[in-house]
Amino acid sequence: MATTGKVVGIISNLVVVKVNGPVSQNEICYIDHEAVKLMAEVIRIGSENAYIQVFESTRGLKTGTPVEFTGHMLEAILGPGILSKNFDGLQHDLDKMEGVFLQKGDYTHPLEVDKNWSFKPLAKVGDEVETGSWLGEVTENWIAHKIMVPFTSKGDFKVTKIVASGDYKIEDTIAVLEDAEGNNHPVSMIQKWPVKVPIKTYKNKPRPAKFLETGIRVIDSFTPIVEGGTGFIPGPFGTGKTVLQHALSKQADADMIVVAACGERANEVVEIFAEFPELDDPRTGRKLMERTTIIANTSNMPVAAREASVYTAMTIAEYYRSMGLKILLLADSTSRWAQALREMSNRMEELPGPDAFPMDLPAIISNFYSRAGFVNLKNGETGSVTFIGTVSPAGGNLKEPVTEATKKAARCFYALSQNRADSKRYPAIDAVESYSKYLEYPEYIDYVSKAISPNWVDNILQARNSLVRGRETYEQINILGDDGVPIEYHEIFWKSEVIDFVILQQDAFDKIDASTPINRQQYMLEKVLTINNTRFNFEHFEEVNPYFKKIINVLKQMNYSEFESEQFKKFEKELEEIINEKAVVETEQL
Amino acid sequence: METTAFQKIHTKIDQITKATCSLHATGVGNEEMALVNDRLAQVVKIEGDLVTLQVFSGTEGIPTNAEVVFLGHAPQLAVSDELAGRFFNAYGQPIDGGPEVDGKLIEIGGPSVNPVRRKQPSELIATGIAGIDLNNTLVTGQKIPFFADPDQPYNQVMAMVALRAKADKIILGGMGITNDDYLFFKNLFENAGAIDRIISFVNTTENPPVERLLVPDMALSAAEYFAVEKNQNVLVLLTDMTLYADALSIVSNRMDQIPSKDSMPGSLYSDLAKLYEKAVQFPDGGSITIIAVTTLSGGDITHAIPDNTGYITEGQLFLRKETDIGKVIIDPFRSLSRLKQLVIGKKTREDHPQVMNAAIRLYADAANAKTKIENGFDLTDYDKRTMSFAKDYANELLAIDINIEIDTMIDTAWRLFDKYFSPAETGIKAELVEKYGKQIV
Repeated sequence: MATTGKVVGIISNLVVVKVNGPVSQNEICYIDHEAVKLMAEVIRIGSENAYIQVFESTRGLKTGTPVEFTGHMLEAILGPGILSKNFDGLQHDLDKMEGVFLQKGDYTHPLEVDKNWSFKPLAKVGDEVETGSWLGEVTENWIAHKIMVPFTSKGDFKVTKIVASGDYKIEDTIAVLEDAEGNNHPVSMIQKWPVKVPIKTYKNKPRPAKFLETGIRVIDSFTPIVEGGTGFIPGPFGTGKTVLQHALSKQADADMIVVAACGERANEVVEIFAEFPELDDPRTGRKLMERTTIIANTSNMPVAAREASVYTAMTIAEYYRSMGLKILLLADSTSRWAQALREMSNRMEELPGPDAFPMDLPAIISNFYSRAGFVNLKNGETGSVTFIGTVSPAGGNLKEPVTEATKKAARCFYALSQNRADSKRYPAIDAVESYSKYLEYPEYIDYVSKAISPNWVDNILQARNSLVRGRETYEQINILGDDGVPIEYHEIFWKSEVIDFVILQQDAFDKIDASTPINRQQYMLEKVLTINNTRFNFEHFEEVNPYFKKIINVLKQMNYSEFESEQFKKFEKELEEIINEKAVVETEQL
Repeated sequence: METTAFQKIHTKIDQITKATCSLHATGVGNEEMALVNDRLAQVVKIEGDLVTLQVFSGTEGIPTNAEVVFLGHAPQLAVSDELAGRFFNAYGQPIDGGPEVDGKLIEIGGPSVNPVRRKQPSELIATGIAGIDLNNTLVTGQKIPFFADPDQPYNQVMAMVALRAKADKIILGGMGITNDDYLFFKNLFENAGAIDRIISFVNTTENPPVERLLVPDMALSAAEYFAVEKNQNVLVLLTDMTLYADALSIVSNRMDQIPSKDSMPGSLYSDLAKLYEKAVQFPDGGSITIIAVTTLSGGDITHAIPDNTGYITEGQLFLRKETDIGKVIIDPFRSLSRLKQLVIGKKTREDHPQVMNAAIRLYADAANAKTKIENGFDLTDYDKRTMSFAKDYANELLAIDINIEIDTMIDTAWRLFDKYFSPAETGIKAELVEKYGKQIV
C-alpha cells in the first residue's frame, strides 16, 4: 500500500508531512488541498517527518491535510509528440491548460494519448535487443522518432512479437520482449524516466571534435563550440545574454533545439512562441518551431519547479540523442536554478556556503554539465547533446559562486563585457577574455582543417593576436597621447578595430548580417587578415582614423549585402580602391 | 475588515517578537489574514498547532492576552469601477475621506499568467521625451524602472510619462514616499484633469514600513481587474521599489533567515519577479505596463536591489545631470529598453534604429574626447566636431524637458549629423542616407 501522511508544518513552499510508512528521498507526492492536488517532492527526511518542496503556492494550505506518496521520483514521459511542445518545468503541456491564468494543480498530459502515429518496425521477431535498442520508428515533424527498448530495462531481451506497419496510439503495445528468465514485457511507444538520472544507453562518450556551426561570427571563428560540447555565457544584465541565446536557437546547425527558460522573463519566451512558428528553418525548409521544444518556467512561476525544469529539458535532450540526433540544449539562466536551491536550503536551515548558496552547488552544476556530450550508440550511430547555459552573476561580478562553479565545468567561456555593451558593440562577447578549449583539441584542429580550410585555426590565432596587440597599443596611446606614439601604433590599433567592427560585431536584427555561413566567415576573415598584413603609408596620425573608418564602412556594407551578389562585389571593388590608395606595395610576410 | 459573529477569538499569545507573534490555533490556512487587537496580521509560518503571525504595523504594545481573530482569507481588495479617482492605504482602505468601495472581493497576489496565453507586446507608448521615445522606446506590457539617485527628479519624470501616455487607467503604488511627494502626485493628478482614470495605493513614511509589502500587490490586483475584465490598458507606477525591498529584508531578518548579498533575503529575485512579471499584454486587448523607481545609493547598480531588478525588468532608464548643458538627461549609455526592437523601425520610421545607434555612438566618441581633454591631450578635428554634436544632441534630444513627435526626433538627429559629420562617419546604411538623410537636410 502506498505511503500517506498529513501536513504538520508550513513555511512558505516547504511543507512538513508526518508519514505512516516508508518514503524515499526525491519521491513525488501530492497534497490533497481542497479540490486540487498539489505536486511536491521530498527533499529531506527526519524520523517520522518528510520535508517536501511544493511546486505550487501553498496559500490557504492547512495542517492536517492528507498527502499521498507515489513511490517514484520526478519522471519525464518520453515518446512521440514532444517536438514543438511548450511545457512547464514539470513537463505539463501549457497549451492544454484552461484560461489565461495558471491554476494550482492544473496538471496536463505532455503528449496526445488519442493521436495516431504511423509506426514502422525496425526490429523483427527473434532479434536480440537491449536497453535503448531501436524497435521501430514514427515520423514526428521531420524527425524519424525511434521507439526504443525502455531505458529502465536491464539485461538482454529477445523480440517475441512486434506489430506490423500501421497507425498506433502511444499507449498501444507495439512489441513484446522476453527476458533471460522467459518473462514477457510489453512495450508501448512511451516510457518514463527519472529526470535527475542521466540516460546512459550509449556505447561510449568520446571527446567531441565536430564543429557546430552557429552563424555567429565571434563564436564560430574565435571561440567555436562542437557537437556535444559545453559552454556558458555569464554577463551582467543588459549585455545581451538572451539575444545571443535566441540567435543560437534560431541558427545553430542542430536537429533539435531544447530551450529551458528557467526563471527568466516571460516576454522572452513569448518572443519564441510568437516568432518560431513563423520563421523558416533553412536546413529543413520547415518552420523553426518544428525542431524546437520549450520548457518554460519563467520567474513568476513556482520557484521549486525551476530546478526540475533544467533536468526535464536535459532528459528530453538525452532521449532524442539516443535516436542518433544532434541536440542543442539552451538554459537561461542557470543562476536562477541555483537561487531556487538557495531558497530551499535556507528554509531547511542548512549551514550556508559562499553567498548563502548550498555547499554542494559546484558538484550539482558539474554533474549537470557532464550529462552533455557526443556519444557512439551501440548500433554504430552517433548522437550529441550540446549544452550552453547562461549565468547571471550578481552585480556582474564573475567571482561569485555560480560563475566560478560553472567555469570549472564548461569548456567554452563566452564572457559578455559591460564595456562592449555600453558602446553598443554587439554581440558583446569579449573575444580576448573568452575561450574555447576545443581550439586546443587535436581532433578539432584536424576536423576543421578538412571541413573549413587547412589554415583556419592559424588564421583565428592570428586575428586573435591582432586584437590583443590592438588592445595593448590602445592603452599606450591613451597614456602617451595621440602624438606621443609612433604612427604605426595608430595603424595597429585601427587594424584591430577592423576585426572588431567587421568580424566580431554582428547585427542580430539585420536579415542578412544576423547569420553568417561558415564559408562566408572564412572569406571575410581572409579579407580582413589581408588588410591586417598590408602596410600603409601615413604622413600623419590624423589620417589613420578616417582612412580606416572608410575601410570599416565599406566592409560593413559588404556584411549587409547578399554574399557574392552584385552589390557585394561593388563594395568589394570599392574596398580594393581604398586599400590601393595607401598600401605599401609589398605585403608583409608572416 | 470587521470581526463577525461566530468567529473564534484566541486570547493567549505564546511569543512576541518585534514583527511577529505566535499562538496555538488549529484550522488556520497559510497566508491567512488575522486581527491582533484590531491590527492586521498575516500567517507566515505554521508548525504543528503553533501559528506565527506577521503584524504589519509592528507589535509595540501587544499584550500576551491580545484578542486574535483569524479572518479565513488571504489579503483582499474590493474591485469595481468605483476604484477610479480614489486614494487608498496599503490595506485598500480609503484615505481620501470617501466611502468604502463596493465591489467584488478578490485575493491580492493571485496566480501568474500562463506564458502561452500572453501576447507579444507591440504597441508603442509615446511620451514625447526623446531620451525615451527615440533611444529607449516603451511598449505596452513592458516593465521598466527608473534607476536614479535620491536627489534626482524621478517622481516628476515618472508622473509626466504617465500623464502623456494614453493609458485608460493609471495606478500609483507609493511605498515609503514622503508626504510631500504624495501631495505632489495628488495635486498633479487633480490639476491634470485626469483624476477619474487614476487610482492610488499609498504608504507614506509616516506608516509602518512592513505595511508597504502589500502595496504593489494591491496596485497590481486592481490593474488586473481593469486589464482582464474591462480590457483596458493600465499603467502601474511603483515608487520606490528600493524601500519595498528594504521592508522585505526587515521581515526576513526578523524571521531569522540567513541573509544573502547586501543583507537582502535569498528570495529577493523571486519576490521582485513575482511583481514585475504582472506586466503583460493580454490576448483580449488589455495590458498592464509597469514603470517603477529604484533609487540607488551613489549610483551603485551592483547593489543587490538594482542588480536583481535589472535581471527582471525589460531595461532601465537612467537619469543623469549633464553638466555641459545644466539639464537632467536620460543617459543613453546606461539606459535600455529591451522591448524597443518590437516597435522601432516597424511602428516608427525604418531609419529609426540606425539613426538612434549612430547618434549614441557619436555621443560615445564625444565622451572619449572629453577624457582626452582631462588627460591633457590635444583634440583632433573629429574630436572637436563630436563634442559640438554632443552638446546639441543633449540639448535638443536627451534633455527630459523635450516634448516632440518621434518623426521630429529622427529628423533632428539627421540634421545634427549633417551639421557635423560625413555619411561615412555616421556609418549608416547608404540607402537610408539616400532615402531620408538627404531629404531632411
